Amino acid sequence: MGRYLKAFGRFWWEFLVGDTPEIALGAVLVLGLAFWLDEDRILATILLPAAVAALLTASVLRARRG
Amino acid sequence: MSDPILALAVFVACAVEAVEALTIVLASGVTRGWRSTLEGAATALALLAALVLAFGPAIAHLVPLGALRTVVGVLLLIFGLQWLRKAILRATGYRSLHDEDAIYRREVAELSSIPRSRGGWDATAFTVSFKGVFLEGMEVVVIVITLGAPSGRLALAAAAAGAAVLVVAVAGLAVHRQLAEVPENAMKMAVGLLLTSFGTFWLGEGAGLSWPGKDAAILALLGFFSIVTFALVRLLGSDQRAEPEIREEAA
Repeated sequence: MGRYLKAFGRFWWEFLVGDTPEIALGAVLVLGLAFWLDEDRILATILLPAAVAALLTASVLRARRG
Repeated sequence: MSDPILALAVFVACAVEAVEALTIVLASGVTRGWRSTLEGAATALALLAALVLAFGPAIAHLVPLGALRTVVGVLLLIFGLQWLRKAILRATGYRSLHDEDAIYRREVAELSSIPRSRGGWDATAFTVSFKGVFLEGMEVVVIVITLGAPSGRLALAAAAAGAAVLVVAVAGLAVHRQLAEVPENAMKMAVGLLLTSFGTFWLGEGAGLSWPGKDAAILALLGFFSIVTFALVRLLGSDQRAEPEIREEAA
């Protein structure tokens, strides 16, 4: 049973994190930013897509260096 | 408004995964025989459909919409950025393209070297085909549920996925070979852009943000992320041309 749970956990870890932990962590940070900015609609509309674009750029540049 | 985009996202995502699964199924069918291969593929498809039927409506009905959109937004954002990153790296030569011809040849060589069982049923063909379809399909199941459940369009998402499987299966069986000419990387990039746009939209909605223009904001996000992706491809492409060595990475 423990072996199956471990394999199940490993499957989802590989699925969501894998070799791009920066994307998983960044997505959670973007979520935090969204909650933090929920009072300011205009700022959130600008900053959320910008944060996602910055996350993609950082991940691609990290892969290029690696 | 977002229904056609949602259906398109699921259809293209499912088509990409179906092409990869088809390569494995064809390699198994050609080398080991079709009966056990098709049984393995059909069992995997039935199990994937059961997962959507079991978890899709349950998630949509039991989880509050706000929480569902938040979680789904994060998941779609992760998937979308992973697909987009891979597609950008492949488009610019930092990662080797997914070569269906090479994968097919490798699978055929591996399967040919395994001795056949004496009975009519071939456990190797069944297992290889089942695993290939099930593992490629799991990502589609997650995409169908995450795109379909929070918008109340689970049936539409499932139908789009089913249509993609049917189109790829018919095309593959008609030409009886792997679909190496399919522009897989361009499709992956398109799916990455769509998932990232939906992910950002729902993540914002889940956090209480009311996007200007409602659903039309998804199109604006799609346009913005397309520009960012184009810029990254141009930037990395020009860097790569300056470096004659192309880094090969496992697909």
